[in-house]
Amino acid sequence: MITYLSLFKMRLTQGLQYRVAAFAGILTQFFWGFMYIMIYQAFYQSTNTIQPISLHQLITTVWLQQSLLALIMLWFRNNEIIKLITKGDIAYELCRPVDLYGIWFSRLAAQRLSSALLRFFPILLIAYFLPYPYNFSLPNNFVTFILFLITLVLGLFIVISLSMLIYISMFYTLSGVGSILIFGVIGEFLAGLTIPIPLMPKTLIIITYLLPFRYTSDLPFRIYAGNIAYKEAIISIFVQIFWIITLYIIGKLWLKKALNKVVIQGG
Amino acid sequence: MRLYLQYLKILLKSALQYRVSFILLSIGQFFVPFSIFISMYFLFQRFEQIKGWTLYEVALCYAVIHIAFSLSECFFRGFDSFSSLIISGEFDRILVRPRSALIQILGSRFEFTRIGRLFQSFIVLVYAVYHLNLDWNYLKIITLTAMILSGVVIFAGIFILGATLTFWTIEGLEVINILTDGGREISQYPLNIYPNWVKNFFTFVIPFGTINYLPLLYVLDKTNKNNLYAFIPFIGMLFLIPCLLFWKLGIKHYKSTGS
Repeated sequence: MITYLSLFKMRLTQGLQYRVAAFAGILTQFFWGFMYIMIYQAFYQSTNTIQPISLHQLITTVWLQQSLLALIMLWFRNNEIIKLITKGDIAYELCRPVDLYGIWFSRLAAQRLSSALLRFFPILLIAYFLPYPYNFSLPNNFVTFILFLITLVLGLFIVISLSMLIYISMFYTLSGVGSILIFGVIGEFLAGLTIPIPLMPKTLIIITYLLPFRYTSDLPFRIYAGNIAYKEAIISIFVQIFWIITLYIIGKLWLKKALNKVVIQGG
Repeated sequence: MRLYLQYLKILLKSALQYRVSFILLSIGQFFVPFSIFISMYFLFQRFEQIKGWTLYEVALCYAVIHIAFSLSECFFRGFDSFSSLIISGEFDRILVRPRSALIQILGSRFEFTRIGRLFQSFIVLVYAVYHLNLDWNYLKIITLTAMILSGVVIFAGIFILGATLTFWTIEGLEVINILTDGGREISQYPLNIYPNWVKNFFTFVIPFGTINYLPLLYVLDKTNKNNLYAFIPFIGMLFLIPCLLFWKLGIKHYKSTGS
C-alpha cells in the first residue's frame, strides 16, 4: 500500500507543475460552463411546466462538472500507459515487484487529482461570485456536503476502474484512440454529461440507473445541488460500492488474461 | 492549387494504410456530434421549443455549422500543428521553398476521419429539410450552400489566426479552441437565444451570425419577403481578409527559433 501511495504522491507533484496549461483549461471551462447555462436558461424560459430539476440546481451541477472535469471524464487520457503498451516498455513494468493493476490505478488517480486540484478552486470561486442565476452556490447543509464528498470519491474509483478496462483492451487493439473516443462518448452520454439525466426520457433514465456511468458524476453533483434526497443518496452509495468491486474483479481477471498472452512490441 | 491536390492525394493514401484505425476513428467521429444531437432531440421533447425555434429549425442550424466544421477540419487542420513547425525550425525550410507557405502548411495535414462527422451532419440536414416543409427556390439553395461555404471560410480564418499567434508565443495556444470548438457549439443553436453580448460578439467580431440565424431567417421565411438576408453569408466570407493580413504581418515578424 505504501508503494502505491508514494507513487501517487510523486505523480501528483509532477502534475502540479503544469500551471499555464491549467490556466488555459480554466478559461476554456468557463466558456463551456457559460454556454451550457445560457442554453439551459433559454430552454427554461421557453416553458411554463415545472421541470424535475430547477434551473439553479442545474447551474450548480454545470459548474461542478466544469471544475471537476478531470475527475469524471472517461476520455481523460494517460499517454504514458498508452505508450507502455504500444511501444513495448510494458516489459520493464512487468519486472517490477508490484502489482500492475495497482501501479496503473494509482498513476491514473494521481493524474486526475493533480489536474483537478489546480482547476476546481479558481473556477468555483469565481462562479460563486457571479450574479444570480449564473452563480454557484454552497450546499444546503453539512450532511449534504459530506454525502457529496463520499459519493465523489467513490465515483472517482468507478471512473478509474472503467478507464482501466479501456487500457486493458488496448493489449488487444493496440491503438487506443478510436476505442477511447467511442467509449468516452457513450460513457459521457450515459453519465448525464451531454444532457442532464433528470431531463432525459423515462426509459433512458432507467437505463442510466442500471449502468455504472451515472454514479461517477450525476450522483454526487445532484446530491450537492439538493436534487437527490438523503435516502436515495445512501442507497446509491451501496450501488457505487457494488460497482467498484465488480469492475475491480473484471479488470483484474481481464488484465491477468491479457498478460498471459501479451506479446512485447519490439524496440 | 495543383500542389494542394497532390498533398491531398498522398496523405489520403497514407491515412488509408492504417485501415482499421481509420474506420474506428471515423465511427468515433460519427458518434461525437451524434450524442450532441440526440441530447438536443431529448431537450426538445421536454421543452418543445427554444425562444420560438422548433427542433427542425434548430436541426438545420446544427447541420450547417457541423458540415462546415467537419469540412474545414478535414482540409485546413494543417494549422493545428503549426506550433511544432515553429519549434522544430521546420518552418524555415518551408519558407525557402519556392511555393506559398500557406499552401504547404495546409497540405501538411488532413483529417480524413472527419468523414464520419460530415456524414452524421448530412443526415441531420436531410432530416431537418424533410420535416420543415419549406417551399424551396434557387435563391434558398444558394443561400444554404453559401452558409456552409462561408462557415468553412470562417473556421479556416480562425485556424489561420491561431497559427499566426504562435509566431509570437511559439507555444501553441489552446485558448483558440474557444473560438473554433466553442464557436461551433454556440452556433448549433440560433444565436438570438443567447444574451445580446454573446450574440453581438459572434456576429460582428467572429461572424458566425452571418451563417447562423440571419440567413436562417430568410430560408425559413421569417423575414417578411426581405431577400437581403439571403446574401448575408457572403459578408461572412470577408472575415478571411483580416486573417490573411494578420498572417502576412506574422510572417514578417517571424524569427527562427534556430533549433
